[in-house]
Amino acid sequence: MITAGIDCGAKNTKTVIMQDGKIIGKGMVLTGFDQAKAVEDSLVLAVQHAGIIRKDIQRIFGTGSGKDAITAAEDTVDDIKAMARGARYFFANARTVADVGFEEGRAVKLDEQGNAVDFAINEKCAAGAGAFIEAMSRVLEVTIAEMGPLSLQSGRDIPMNAQCVVFAESEVVDLIHSRTSKADISKTIHDSIASRIVSMIRRIGINEDVALIGGVGHNEGFMDSMAKQLKVNTIYVPEDPEFGSAVGAAVSAAESK
Amino acid sequence: MAEEQKQEFWRWPESNWKNPELDWRTSTFIAVGIDVGSVSSQAVIVTDGEILAYGNMRTGFDSPNSARNAYKFALDAIGMPEERMNYCIGTGYGRVNVPFANRTLTEIACHARGATFIYGPGVRTVLDVGGQDIKSIQCDEKGKVTNFLMNDKCAAGTGRGMEVFADLLGVPITEVGDRSFEFKGEEPPAVSSACVVYAKAEATGLMRKGWTREEVLAAYCKAMADRIFSLVERGGVKPGFAVTGGMAKNRGVMDRLMKKIGIERMQTLWDTQIAGAVGAALFAYAMCLKAEGGRRKSEG
Repeated sequence: MITAGIDCGAKNTKTVIMQDGKIIGKGMVLTGFDQAKAVEDSLVLAVQHAGIIRKDIQRIFGTGSGKDAITAAEDTVDDIKAMARGARYFFANARTVADVGFEEGRAVKLDEQGNAVDFAINEKCAAGAGAFIEAMSRVLEVTIAEMGPLSLQSGRDIPMNAQCVVFAESEVVDLIHSRTSKADISKTIHDSIASRIVSMIRRIGINEDVALIGGVGHNEGFMDSMAKQLKVNTIYVPEDPEFGSAVGAAVSAAESK
Repeated sequence: MAEEQKQEFWRWPESNWKNPELDWRTSTFIAVGIDVGSVSSQAVIVTDGEILAYGNMRTGFDSPNSARNAYKFALDAIGMPEERMNYCIGTGYGRVNVPFANRTLTEIACHARGATFIYGPGVRTVLDVGGQDIKSIQCDEKGKVTNFLMNDKCAAGTGRGMEVFADLLGVPITEVGDRSFEFKGEEPPAVSSACVVYAKAEATGLMRKGWTREEVLAAYCKAMADRIFSLVERGGVKPGFAVTGGMAKNRGVMDRLMKKIGIERMQTLWDTQIAGAVGAALFAYAMCLKAEGGRRKSEG
């Protein structure tokens, strides 16, 4: 059976195509202001990548903040279920799953069967989401891809007083003016957002294994800060973490009758 | 690399003022209050319980310099030498960075005291909307603080948030208030998120959908008013409602806020940004009188 999961997020729209439990195609485009177009474009990309034709897809499920724009979807999956299903697809023992997207941070606690027993969401404040890192990278004039490796070079703990992105920007400017290295500032930035995410996870409690999905999973600097603050050895991250929820939707589509 | 000259829409006018009816040469005591905020710094010079002069400037990267610059700006207005000052109190976010201050006080105490001066003794609730935080302060008729609440974690509803927004929309910050009422038909609903970062993204989307700048301003001012209201509501509102800080000059936010609260706010001819420094200067003046009283007693 071939299914597709489409995750229409605040920043990117992702499509995953699965056949009999295996991922066979992926497509990702910027969501921009036209969600319907982004959904269509990402689906076309994924179909090409899978080397199938559109009609081969038997069922499509949608998820993400723009899920209502996914007209091709037969049904929608709520964000919590999608992230849990997606993470468990990669890591069958995951009991705590964090999803750090561009505008939202979420954490869900799972029982042994993978059912959600509790969750926490931050959707009000950019300080606990990927938007924070992006804004800081602009101030620091370093690409997001460079920030991760840079911060791993730093051994210093410089606390960030501000939580809010707007105030943190001024604080980063102050650090630059006082000639703090970009490595040290990068670490400060990652420590800061990690502490927002970790405090959200603590609210629901931490059970190992801990898994993380969402684009921030690419950032090894952030992952290092988060693992240290959570006091765990490993946080499991799939290869393409931004597709986590789309995988969850595709899995849900395959499971439904 | 050639860079396009960018207009700074957030920039508000700095100002200084002198009281034409007073002369420092005939004053007994010169008391100074310096309020070093995150965004703006003020120096107020008080003599005989009246404001003699003030200076209101933007805070630079260097707080000690900002304090001195604001003081010099106020001195420029009256041509008084710096050393003439008898006592100085520093307040605000950067109060520890006022090198010439005799002591410091919290901005909560100073705003309450300053508000009862610039708005009169009828003040019972002071809402200070500054560059970086929002405070709701309850006080008695002498300006003594009885209770307060503060939000300093989030830029939503603060002056800094408004500066970011003015820049984004390319509307000079002094025009934001009036222009937020220049829309046709019904008032647009508030943007869905108060977070400045998210609101920025939403505003860009609304503009692409064909909203006018004025409509977007209305939607954002409404969201900021809602945000401020939640703090005011928790703190409790007593009649005698005075607003201090730069946001008091933005009627786009203030009119919407007061409509929600359901009472009128008090009016003043003074610059609302100087309230904290006025309070500090009045406390400094009280210190001068106390010292004088003590001296007389010991002599007497």
